[in-house]
Amino acid sequence: MNITVADVEQVARLARLELGPDEKGLFAGQMDAILGYVNKLKELDTDGILPTSHAVPMENAFREDRACPAIGVEKALANAPDRVNSFYRVPKVIE
Amino acid sequence: MKFQPVIGLEVHVQLLTDSKIFCGCSTRFGAEPNSQTCPVCLGLPGALPVLNRRVVEFAVKAGLATNCSISHRSVFARKNYFYPDLPKGYQISQFEEPICLKGWLDIQVNGTAKRIGITRIHMEEDAGKLVHGELPGLDDGSGVDLNRACTPLLEIVSEPDLRTADEAVAYLKQLHRIVTWLGICDGNMEEGSFRCDANVSVMPVGADKLGTRAEIKNVNSFRFVKQAIEHEIERQIDLIEDGGTVVQETRLFDPNTGRTRSMRGKEEAHDYRYFPDPDLVPLVIDDEWVRRAQDELPELPEQRQRRFISEYGVSEYDAEVLTATRSLAEYYEGCVALHGNGKAVSNWVMGELTRALNDSGLSIDQCPVTPRLLAELVKLIDSGTISGKIAKTVFDEMWRSGREPGAIVEEQGLVQVSDSGAIEAIIDGILAANQGQVEEYRGGKEKVFGFFVGQVMRASKGKANPALVNELLLNKLKG
Repeated sequence: MNITVADVEQVARLARLELGPDEKGLFAGQMDAILGYVNKLKELDTDGILPTSHAVPMENAFREDRACPAIGVEKALANAPDRVNSFYRVPKVIE
Repeated sequence: MKFQPVIGLEVHVQLLTDSKIFCGCSTRFGAEPNSQTCPVCLGLPGALPVLNRRVVEFAVKAGLATNCSISHRSVFARKNYFYPDLPKGYQISQFEEPICLKGWLDIQVNGTAKRIGITRIHMEEDAGKLVHGELPGLDDGSGVDLNRACTPLLEIVSEPDLRTADEAVAYLKQLHRIVTWLGICDGNMEEGSFRCDANVSVMPVGADKLGTRAEIKNVNSFRFVKQAIEHEIERQIDLIEDGGTVVQETRLFDPNTGRTRSMRGKEEAHDYRYFPDPDLVPLVIDDEWVRRAQDELPELPEQRQRRFISEYGVSEYDAEVLTATRSLAEYYEGCVALHGNGKAVSNWVMGELTRALNDSGLSIDQCPVTPRLLAELVKLIDSGTISGKIAKTVFDEMWRSGREPGAIVEEQGLVQVSDSGAIEAIIDGILAANQGQVEEYRGGKEKVFGFFVGQVMRASKGKANPALVNELLLNKLKG
C-alpha cells in the first residue's frame, strides 16, 4: 500500500477533520499499515465467490405501513446543543 | 457551430405511505417541526431501521408501469456526506443493486412519438428540512426540522435521451401522470412530492462524445423545468462560443430571474463512499410477487387514452385530457356507461364541467354533479327534450343544487319546443315585425339569417328546437 499525505487530507476533508502537519504524516503511516494488513486478503483465491454484502443469511425483513406515535418534540430535542422553538438550531448553513 | 443539447432527468417521487420508510413515524405534511420523529429517523445510536413493505410494493408498481425489469435481489446502501439535514451522516439509498432497471416511457412532442429510456428506479429516504432566517432567533443560524427525514422516495433516473426542454417536460408530465394514476404519489410539486433535477450538456452536432454536464436542482414546476433547461442550454452554448469550458457542477434554478447559478461548496461532496448498509437485509422479490403486482396494476393512462379513442371515438387530444387523472377518466367512463354517446359526454366533461370545476376551485372528486346526473343531462339533449343551449342553464342549476336534470327541466318549463306549428307562429310574427330585414335577405344579403334565428330563439326563451327553427325559417324566407 502507499497511502500518501494527500490521501489523508482527502479523507480528512470528507470527514470534516482538521489535522496538523505532524498528524497527517502519522496517520498516513498508520493507515498504510492497516490497509496493508487487510490487503493480505487479496492473496486468497476468490474466483467464483459472489461478493458478500451481508454476513447473516437473511432476507426480506419488513414492517407494515402503520403510523405509530412519535416520541414528541421535547424528547426529540432533549439532547440538542441548541434550539429555536421546535427546531434544532445549527450554525448558519449557506444555501 | 451548431450544438445538440443532451438532457437526462432524475425525478424524486415522494411515496404516499402513512409511515416513513424505515420507522413508524407519520409522513403527514405540515406538522409541528420535529413532532414526527423517533430514534430511527433522528439517527440516534443503536436504532435499527426496518423496511416499510408498502414502499417496496409502490416501487414495484412504478417499475412495472414504466416497463422496467424488477430486480430479483436488491440491496440498500449508505451514501455518506455531511449536511445538517442528514442526522446519520449518511442517507440510506440504493446504489449497485437498485430495485428496478432498464425501462422506458413513450412521449409525444408536436405529434411525434419518442421512446425515452429509464436507467433505474431506486428507493431511498428523504433528508430533513432546513430553515434559514425565516424565524425570529434564526438570523445567525439555521433551523433543522427532521419530520421529513426518512420519508420514502423513489428516484427515477432517465437515460440522456432527451434533446429539448419540451421533450423533458413531456417526459415529466407523462411520469407525473403515471405515479399519480397509480396512487403512489400525490404529485404536489409545490410541496415537493414530485421534484426534478436536470442534467444538461451540449455537444457539437454530429459529435459522439457527450459534453460536460451541469446538474440543475430546485425546479418545482413544469414551467420552471422548461425555463431552467432552456436557459442552461443557452448559457453553455454562449460559454463555449466565447472560448470557455463548461464545468461539472451543481446549479440552482432561481424562479425569480429564470436563470441558473452555480452552487459553490457542494462540488467536493461527490465522493459518497457508498457501501451496503449492514442494518438492512437484502430484498428478494420472487416471480410470484412480480406476477401478483402485475395482476393488480390498473389500466394505465396511455392504454386508457388509446381505448377512449377506439371505443368512444373521441379525438387524440380529448382522450389525453380525459386521462389526465384517473379520477377524471373514471368520471368520464362512469357517464358513458350510462349514456353511450362518448363524444357528447366528452364535450360536456371537457367544456362546462371543467369550466365549473376551475371556477369553483374544486377537483373532480368534489364535483357536485355526479356522472349519473351528467349522463341524464346529455340524454335529455340527445332525445330532443332540451336544446344544447338550455342544457347549459340546466347544468348551472344542477351544479348549484345537485338535483335531477329532468326535475329542473320540468319545474322551470324548459322543455324544447319541437312543434312546427308553434315555431311557425313565432317566425311569422318576427318576419312581420321586421319587413326591412326580410327585403334585405331576399335581396341577397344572407347574413341577416342569423338575426332572424336570434330573434326567434329569444321570442321562444331559448326553448325552440334550433334545427327546426333553421329549417322553417329558411322555407319561409325562400317562399
